[in-house]
Amino acid sequence: MRLAGRIGGAALSLLMVAVLGFFLFRVVPGDPVVSMTRGRPTTEALQAELRAQFGLDRPLHEQFWSYFTSLLQGDLGTSFTFRRPVSEVILERLGPTVLLVGTATLIAVLLGLWLGVRAAWRRDSAFDRVTTGVSLTLWAVPTFWLGMLLMMVTGDLFPSRGMRDTDTPPDFLSQALDVGHHLVLPSVTLVAVVCAEYALVMRSSLLEEMHAPYLTTARAKGLRDDLVRRRHAVPNAVLPAITLVFLRFGLVVAGAITTETVFSWPGLGLLFYDALTGPDYFLLQGLLVVTAGAVVVMNLLADVLHGVLDPRVKVV
Amino acid sequence: MLKVAIVQQIDSLNPFLAVFQSSTEIGRLMYDYLTAYTAADQSVTEGIANRWEPSPDKLTWTFTVPDGKKWSDGQPITAHDVAFTYDLMLTDEVARTANGSFVTNFESVTAPDDRTVVIRTKTPQVTMLALDVPIVPRHVWEKAGSIKDYANDRMPVVGSGPFVLTEHVPGQFIKLKANKNYWRGAPKYDELHFVYFQNSDAAVQALGKGEVDLVNRMAPAQFDSLEGKAGVTRNKAQGRRFTELMINPGAQTRTGVPIGDGAPQLKDVAVRRAIAQAIDLDALVQRVNLGYAVKGAGLVPPVFGKWHWQPGEAERRFDPAAANAALDAAGHPRGADGTRFGLRLIGRAGRAYDEQASEYLKRSMSDIGIALDVRLVSDNQLNEATTAATYDLAFSGWSTNIDPDFVLGLHTCAQRPGADGKGGTTDTYFCDEIYDRLYAQQLSEFDEAKRVEIVKQMQARFYDQVPAVVLAYENALEGYRSDHFARFTTQPAQGGVIMAQNGMWGYYGAEPAERTAQAQGSRWTGLAIGGVLIGGLVLVVVWMARRRGATAGERE
Repeated sequence: MRLAGRIGGAALSLLMVAVLGFFLFRVVPGDPVVSMTRGRPTTEALQAELRAQFGLDRPLHEQFWSYFTSLLQGDLGTSFTFRRPVSEVILERLGPTVLLVGTATLIAVLLGLWLGVRAAWRRDSAFDRVTTGVSLTLWAVPTFWLGMLLMMVTGDLFPSRGMRDTDTPPDFLSQALDVGHHLVLPSVTLVAVVCAEYALVMRSSLLEEMHAPYLTTARAKGLRDDLVRRRHAVPNAVLPAITLVFLRFGLVVAGAITTETVFSWPGLGLLFYDALTGPDYFLLQGLLVVTAGAVVVMNLLADVLHGVLDPRVKVV
Repeated sequence: MLKVAIVQQIDSLNPFLAVFQSSTEIGRLMYDYLTAYTAADQSVTEGIANRWEPSPDKLTWTFTVPDGKKWSDGQPITAHDVAFTYDLMLTDEVARTANGSFVTNFESVTAPDDRTVVIRTKTPQVTMLALDVPIVPRHVWEKAGSIKDYANDRMPVVGSGPFVLTEHVPGQFIKLKANKNYWRGAPKYDELHFVYFQNSDAAVQALGKGEVDLVNRMAPAQFDSLEGKAGVTRNKAQGRRFTELMINPGAQTRTGVPIGDGAPQLKDVAVRRAIAQAIDLDALVQRVNLGYAVKGAGLVPPVFGKWHWQPGEAERRFDPAAANAALDAAGHPRGADGTRFGLRLIGRAGRAYDEQASEYLKRSMSDIGIALDVRLVSDNQLNEATTAATYDLAFSGWSTNIDPDFVLGLHTCAQRPGADGKGGTTDTYFCDEIYDRLYAQQLSEFDEAKRVEIVKQMQARFYDQVPAVVLAYENALEGYRSDHFARFTTQPAQGGVIMAQNGMWGYYGAEPAERTAQAQGSRWTGLAIGGVLIGGLVLVVVWMARRRGATAGERE
């Protein structure tokens, strides 16, 4: 029952996002038709034609109604900029973002949790101080700056843009290698930015468990320190960290927007950035629904997973 | 292969819909226009048509499409293709999206035979040899169906230009191949790739590393950073852009109703002149453009030679004392705090020029007792403010064409918005009877020498009435790998640009250099490091997983 409630709540949030998205982006200053014709010879009649083409000449409530009814049918409208269905444009860019965000999140989670455990277990050691210091520094550094710096420092070892070279042979292995090569800098940047939080949370959460009586019991049973940590302390401490991984998914998406912009990675983040300069209302609405949808789903997963990992929290 | 960095997305490959400069540029490589401009001196030359003749009343133009020109699929190019293209724009409003303004004065377009195109206009139109409209193949486009939904991405895309589009991966790259059928002769290299950069700093770095061969739109600091870089040649070219400081002259709609909230003092031309006189344009060019610009004057940049106007005797020399005296005389005495009145200056946040020039202007204005309140906002907010006339002073700029009609037309009374405040395409809310009369005259003056004279008079009038101060004509800063390409054709020949031409000469005329057998060593090193990193990660994961399973711990 509670699960159904959660799902209902998530659906309601999504609906709110869809409604909000419509009005939110119409508050963004700028006239898409003026942007579309900027710097080109144009006439008033031409501008009026464009407005009519995209339904921008109709009253706001009519525009909203047609947006909302098509949305319910899965139609996100047509992008002003690309003159193609929004769903098509978004789908095209989804793959690269999933690849980048997926790789980076995986590495960041593994690395962050491992660093956090190590640092907490040997609190105040040199390892702890270095890890915590470096994590905090990377966390504080602007993503944009870090990306540019990495690009400069690595010289011509890694490409400065995009996901593929134009002259890579078409066979699968070459293409995959090429994508991997292009993936290094963006994912390192994104990992550096999000990893710190996982490390710090894991560290503090493990520190809280350190003096718990059950650890003393475990030690009293004669277990090796390593086993005490792995079998007893970490399973209890990892809960908040895992939940955090899902809850902070929104943060990763935000980081991805900046990272994609720095490295011209052809994903949703870059698309978001481009759409804002229009402003390309339909594309922005579509992107908001898709990204907000992902975050809502992640939060829902966090809820469910928490219950699975921690028997004390029963969800179903 | 020539690899070019572009910093703007491709909006559409359909030339009737594409409005971004990047798309237009690629369109020029895919399709010829009816006429073209030479690379050497930007004069009108053969395009699809090789001869043209206006009727004595100038209302009928006859263009001849010569025998022997072919589409990239081998079909002959005929007058019917031309008529089809213009007709499509006349009958389908969607097809007017990108270039509609060129056909608004067309009465009819017909092709009586394969070689002849007859265009009748409603009124005499002097810009008939400046129709920037890609001509499309009828045999492909008549099957296209709805123009709105036609993406024009059936590869290879049939065209008439020096290159044929063969692949487009949105947000990543565009590939074109040399058109062996091109009537001027095939280009000297096989493939032309455009790769997309969101970030211009990354594009400049990529040029330094040799990842791309050609980059444009560099900022002065980026251009300087490439000085002395091995294998890179820089091209400081005369630009087509000017930067201006708009002064709200008391904005009104077309029906004469005031609009916006411009400062009332600026309605007085004496005040506007005083403001212009208090700005040291030379210092701005040196300090803000770092010398990569020419001091501003008229609306047409010097790159367009004969149309460019210089004030000569009438020049308002930088003179704060005279400006102060003029403001005193205009009835704006300094108050107790030394200030006469305050003005708002609006510019674009993140644009280096606006950020630096606004600081500079703040000081210049304070010298004549005007307190400037600087607000730097987003691109869209800036547009909104200038459209709604809610500004006193604002930074703006325009890219101009070879024919000056467009940039001059921006300042006529008719460009102001209608009674509802909508639909305006004016730049500065300028409305001046003399200027408008001259504008109408030049539009129907078919004697070019006389037209040039009128165009100069218009610029003089604009300069005198100061609805805007043209601050500078920015240089176009480009760089290319001279170890990969020996030379490019610039337009014009002297001090011209390679990219963003009124034509395709820069790409078409590029000559590959004799490549030294330079191994792509570093790239393999990078690949190897990438491989080792990923491999290492896998090993670590495997190792950790195994350790979890093992019972032996290493510490007690």
